[in-house]
Parts: sequence; C-alpha cells; structure tokens
Amino acid sequence: MKPKDIAELLNEPACIHNKKSKSGCAKPRPGATAGGCAFDGAQIALLPIADVAHIVHGPIACAGSSWDNRGARSSGQTLYRLGFTTDLTEQDVVMGRGEKRLFHSIKQVIDDHRPAAVFVYNTCVPALSGDDIEAVCSAARERWGVPVVPVDAAGFYGTKNLGNRIAGEAMVRYVVGTREPDPPPAASERPGVTVHDVNLIGEYNIAGEFWHVLPLLDQLGLRVLCTLSGDARFREVQTMHRAEVNMMVCSKAMINVARKLQERYATPWFEGSFYGVADTSRALRGFARLLGDEGLSVRTEALIAREEARIDAALAPWRECLRGKRALLYTGGVKSWSVVSALQDLGMEVVATGTRKSTEEDKARIRELMGADARMIEDGSPGALLEIVRESRADILIAGGRNQYTALKARLPFLDINQEREFGYAGYEGMLELARRLALTLESPVWEAVRRPPPWAAGAPEPAAEQA
Amino acid sequence: MAELLKRKKALSVSPLKVGQPVGAALAFLGIRRAIPMLHGSQGCTAFGKTFLVRHFREPIPLQTTAMDQVSSVMGADDNLVEGLRTLCEKARPALIGLPTTGLVEAQGADLQGAVRCFRERHPEYASVPIVPVNTPDFAGCMESGYGAAVHAVIDCLVAPAMKAGTRPGRRHRQVNVLAGAALTPGDVEALKVLLEGFGLRPVVVPDLADSLDGHLGEDPFSPVSTGGTPVSELATLGEAAATLVVGASLYKAADLLRERTGVPDYRFDHLMGLDAVDDLVAALGDISGAPVPASVQRRRAQLLDAMLDTHFMLGRARIAVAADPDVLNGFDGLLRGMGAELVAAVAPVRTPVLERVSATHVQIGDLEDLEHAARANGARLLIGSSHAAESARRLGVPLLRAGFPQHDRVGGYQRTWIGYQGARQALFDLANLLLMQDDHEIEPYHSIYAQKSG
Repeated sequence: MKPKDIAELLNEPACIHNKKSKSGCAKPRPGATAGGCAFDGAQIALLPIADVAHIVHGPIACAGSSWDNRGARSSGQTLYRLGFTTDLTEQDVVMGRGEKRLFHSIKQVIDDHRPAAVFVYNTCVPALSGDDIEAVCSAARERWGVPVVPVDAAGFYGTKNLGNRIAGEAMVRYVVGTREPDPPPAASERPGVTVHDVNLIGEYNIAGEFWHVLPLLDQLGLRVLCTLSGDARFREVQTMHRAEVNMMVCSKAMINVARKLQERYATPWFEGSFYGVADTSRALRGFARLLGDEGLSVRTEALIAREEARIDAALAPWRECLRGKRALLYTGGVKSWSVVSALQDLGMEVVATGTRKSTEEDKARIRELMGADARMIEDGSPGALLEIVRESRADILIAGGRNQYTALKARLPFLDINQEREFGYAGYEGMLELARRLALTLESPVWEAVRRPPPWAAGAPEPAAEQA
Repeated sequence: MAELLKRKKALSVSPLKVGQPVGAALAFLGIRRAIPMLHGSQGCTAFGKTFLVRHFREPIPLQTTAMDQVSSVMGADDNLVEGLRTLCEKARPALIGLPTTGLVEAQGADLQGAVRCFRERHPEYASVPIVPVNTPDFAGCMESGYGAAVHAVIDCLVAPAMKAGTRPGRRHRQVNVLAGAALTPGDVEALKVLLEGFGLRPVVVPDLADSLDGHLGEDPFSPVSTGGTPVSELATLGEAAATLVVGASLYKAADLLRERTGVPDYRFDHLMGLDAVDDLVAALGDISGAPVPASVQRRRAQLLDAMLDTHFMLGRARIAVAADPDVLNGFDGLLRGMGAELVAAVAPVRTPVLERVSATHVQIGDLEDLEHAARANGARLLIGSSHAAESARRLGVPLLRAGFPQHDRVGGYQRTWIGYQGARQALFDLANLLLMQDDHEIEPYHSIYAQKSG
C-alpha cells in the first residue's frame, strides 16, 4: 500500500478530530506500545464473514498465534473458523516464491472448500519483499472464477484502527455493489408493514449477542441486508449499496465505509450502540428517524415501550445488588461511552473510562453521560490502571481480556468486555446477561478469601481460640 | 525410525506451528525480572501476548519496537534504541530479551550493531543485560525459538571458565537444568522437587516454574517477569557439578554451555514414561552419590501398577499426535512403552529428533494433515493443543490437550507430564478418554419379525 493511500485512510474526513487539526491517529512508541497492528485490525474486521476463506499471506507469526479466536458466531457456515496461511518459509522469502505459493494456496482453498470468496491478507514480510498480492488476486479471480479480494494490511502500516479502515476500504472497493439483493421472501410480508433495507457496520456478533437484537429488527420490518461483519455472508456484503440506512455500531472502526456508502449511494448513516437499555432504544429510534416512515415510528415506540417494561422488571432484582457499585471501565475507544450508559442503567457508578483510542466525539459523549469532569484514562498500562482503581475506590475493573489478570492479581473483580468474551451483552436481553455476570463476580466469596491474611500471619485471629 | 514427510501443500490449513518469536519470548519470561521486546511491528507482540495470556491465564510482560512504514524501509535501529531506553527507564528490568521477527529479518537489520549503538548512546543503562536473538518466524517454530533464546542467554551471560574463573564441581551440590520448551511449569516444579530429594540444588534455566506457575503474589502488578532464574545465578553455572538438559531442542545451547564451562552434562530427549525417568533417576544417583529416596521408589512402584491397569485400554490403542518435535517425541516415548500405536504424527518443522519417533512416518504439516491422517488410519484419540479440538470433534474422538496453546481449558500450564507421577496421571487420563468412548458396544439388531413397536 502506498504512503499516500495510508495517509488518506488516516485522514478520515468524517472524524470530528480531523476537522480541527490534521492529527490523524497517534503513532506507536517503541517500548511502550500495546494493541494490535494494521493486519490485526483488518483481520478482526472481516474474519466473521463466515463463508469466506481468509488466507493470511505471510510467515507464521501473523496467523499462527491469532487464528481460532472464537469470538464472532455464525448461524451456519463455519469456514471462517479454519485458519489459512501461506506460512512462508525462509526459502520462499529468499527465493521470492511468495507470490507463487499464494497463487497455489488460493487454488488449494478453492478446490478443497468451495468458498464463496477468498480474502487475502497481506502482512509485513511479503509487503517488504514486494509481493504484488493485488496482481495475484486478480489472476486467481480470472483463472478460477471465484472472487478473490486483496486486503493489503501489513502490520507496519500502522495501528489496528487503521487496519479496520483498510478492511472497510477493501469491501467498498471490491465487494459492495457487485450483486443486487434478493427480493424479500413472500412469506415475510405483513400487511401495513413496509420493509426497509438496512446495514449494520461494525457489528461483530460477539458470542452471538446480535441475535438478541435481530428479532427486534425483524419485528419492525427492518431487513438487515448485511452486518459488517458479524455472522455475514459474502453475498450479503455484495448488496450493501442498496440499504436505505446504515448504522455504525462500533463507533469509528469502519467509519470510512459509512462515509463512502453515503458519498456513492447517498445512504444516510447514524452512529449507535446496542449496549444498554437506553442506547438500544436510541438505536432503534435512529432507524425510524432516518427512514421517515410514520408507521415504523409508531411500531418502534410500541416495541420499545414493551421491551423496556419487560427488561426493567427482569433487571429489578439485579439492580438491587449492583446499585452504587463503582466500576472502572477501560476498553478501546469504541465502547468507552456505550458501555457507560449500560452500567448506569444498572444503577452502577462509572468512576473512570478509558479514552486512549477514543475520538473527540467519543469524549464529548462521555462528558454528556458522566458529567463535565468525567475522569478519562489515557495511560492504560496495568500500573496506571491499578493506581486509578485504588484512588477511585473502584469495586470492579471492566476491560479487555488482556487486562483480566492485571485485575485478578490485584485481587480485584473483573469483567471481560472485549471480543474474546464468551457472553453476549447486546440488546435488552443482553443487559440481563451483563447484570448476571457483574453480580456473579462482585458477589463471589473468593474476594474475601484471597484478601484475608493466612491464619498463621501476625495479627490474624487464632482459629483455636474461636473454636473454644 | 520414522520417515519424515515434507510439507506438501502450498497453503497451511489450521496451523499447528507457532512462530519462533513467541517461543523466544517465553524462554525470556523464565528469567527473573526480565521483559522480552519483539523487534518488529506491533502486531507480532499483540498476538504473542494474547496467545501467552490465554494459555497461562497470567499477565505477560511483552513489548514491541513498534516498527512503522518508515522504519520498515529506512531502518529501525532508532526504534530499537528508543524501545530499550523506554524499557530501562520505565520497567527497570534485570534483563531485556530481544527476539527478532520476520519483518526485521527480511529487512536485514544488524541487531548486534543496533544494540551497540544503544550501549554507546546510553551508558547509564550499561548494567542491564540485553540478549538479542535472531528468531524469524519464517524459519523454525516455537520450540526452536525458545531454544535459540536459551542459547543466546548463555552466550551473553555465561563467560568462559578461563575468563570467569569458574570450576566445574566447586558447588558440588549444584546441578544446572536446561529446561526445554516441552516442559510445563508443572514439569519444572516436579523436576526441582525430584532433584532436591537427592540433596541437590537445582538451578533451572529458564525457570518457568518460578514465574508462570500461576501463583497469586503480594505485588499486584509487575512490568517484568515475577520470577524465574535470577540473572546473578547465571554466573554460577560454571561451578555446578553437572548439567541436565531436557529436550533435544536445547542440545545446541547445551553444547555452548559445556564448551564455556566444562561442566559435564546429561542429556534427555524428554522425560516422559518409565524408561526416560529411570535414566534420569540413575543420573541423579550418579551425580549426588545418594541412594534413591524411598518416596521416589514408591512413585515408581505406583507407575508400574498404573501401567498394568491401563495397558488393557492403551495396548494397541490407535493414537494421533500433533505437536512440536520434543513434545511429539515425549508422547511417543510414553505410548511406545505401553504398546500403543502412533498412527498419525504431525510436527510443524523438521528436527533430527523426529527420526527417532516410532511412527512409520511423521508429516511436517498442520492440523488438517493430522485430521486426514487420523481419519485414514482410524485413530481413536488425539493428542494436541486446543486448536485440535475442532478436528477431534469432526473426527468424533476425544482430545488430550498438550502443547501450545491451551486456551479452552484451565490449568494446562500446570499439568505435570514428566516423572513417575506425571506419567502415571497421563496414563490414567489417556485410558479414561478411551474408556469414555462406547465404541465397543454392539449395535442393537432389530428382527424383521419383531412385534415390538419401538
């Protein structure tokens, strides 16, 4: 990828912070950097497309330690769960055989698995040695008649966030608009209900959580042409250009997709979240608002009233034990505000939230939710996090899996909020799960047990004396 | 003697291989107050870190030189120098491990030169040992990366006896243990207990049992490894009575240690199964001059009994294994001693030790190769990492988890495979997994004349 193209992706006009100064995204610092690379971001963004063979072109590090991270769920096809890599060897690198191996790899995967499409992810070593993956992909496409999409996302291009955008860019350039949507099935027709086509961009169906939301959209007559990319199929991505509204679910990760679809197809978009009762309702209203369908608005309000009443009653006992509990939230920018509102719905107090990867707009949203002097955490190093936990007397750390053991080693309750988690928190129903998981860890007797000094330590009560 | 079959496909499907940098990082984590920094773009570290965190369920100190497009093309020495300075300043480590990745190796960086440059620019950190090691991920695998890191640690921190003034046997109770990548922290711990039973003082390099054994410490957070071999101990290796080397992947490192120190060594391809452990116990008797402790003899008798009990299930059992070469060879040793048959064996890379495996051939390949070979040869049980779970499910056979990664179970890192006791438990588990399969049941037959209705 040319520096010009990277600069263009970094300079995302739809990002508020780029309207002021051309800061782009921050540069990583050697020796003090956490988080993934561009390849990581690109792979995460597209891997949930279930019927695609995702080939990682590079030596083993890129796929070897990252494949089979089973976050996103599929309702059918499972091809995406297999790891494919060209696993380049020293010979390939020295003799310049990478392209050839890639070409044969594409053939192998088409022969063996009949994928709907093949995505090829470029990585550092072939990018440096100059493999022309675009040429290989187009040669393979012509030779075997299967769509083969290059995703040029070598790690050294930049951060995970950039990788998300590269992935989105590849979809817009190579896939979206290559097929017209099927007509809605006759059986789905309901009197008085106009079906509207929508997309969800940046929804990954982690732990299947989108299945808490999808039935509601069905009830409202919103046909999801595609979720990019949770539980998606290649043929769905192809039809994204026909949506009447796009919802950006995961904040800024693939904002370029929403913007480009708007530029090319005039599709309006809005940003929302399915975490928390208030945000879920707001998201549903967002569709109704942009579609301008009176009947839909009425049905949406009725559905929201029904669901909120139902979940409110179901959450009551959980609110009882979570009320006033203090949470420290540290996630990538994306959920920095959406989860805040979910926790507040449960009666919890969010004492601070991470904003290292948040945009100015995210931060404005946080201030709206948490007040003007909301504490925002830029330095997410374990030491700094624990210091804030101590200062703010937080009862629980809610963060990504990578910080799980930071919390546990400090004898602090923890909830995993990132993509590797096993539980779905989206939608009204997801709130119940979130409450359950929070209560489960907060109320566990183990915290007392691990914080108590051993019986033989000085000052501990004598067990014998107690018995006597 | 197994025939080694070369990788035969362009595409690796369901990779078995884990890259060298992750292995090297793991080895460095067995040094006390150490931090590895991978020289490459930040993803290598992010993936490696998540990989190790999920396996060990521990925080893992691991940093990156965070190479970007400019440094990838123009040279990344400045990244390296800045990264080292940041680590020295912030983490105050006792040692920094510096494994390379495919990116810098393809770039052709002069690692030693860059480290020299750091030394010149930052004399204030002269006391922090820095151990560079070449571990491109387009060669070798996790085990060889680990071995390369151990080699590099010895190369940087063990001076020749002449120069250091060390003499083999001056510390007549000390035994060095070079512990290979196939050993879990649980294995290393068991090995230390065994040595102590002979009145010996083990110095394990690297000592994962002291750092990644999963213990809840007093200190809530540490930017460096929380345990492991103290760097100061490395200077004493030349005074030991003997060195035990566990794992063929460390023989090159062992050659260097012996050459530097003159300490005699005892080498073991693995420590799984009766024969291997008997050899070890005999060696410990030699070194210490002490009789075999009664407790060890008792454990041996227990293993013998377990072998009798489980041979009904394990005799001629058809088993498939996919793992790094030393792990594969270890299981081969254990299973061979029970009369089980290794009907499918897959390793990610070729090493000499694979030729000693009892299977007719060992495929260099991936988990798809394992699945195909296991199906073709009627394997009834798989041994492999968590990644093999899907293969096992598709094959409809149980999986015994071993090797890296084990992210869908708790405690894999602490499992003890070696020694009499480890072998005994492994045999029980293997036998139980086979017992759980009802494949010996006779299918009911429904008579065509039957008057039964269901």
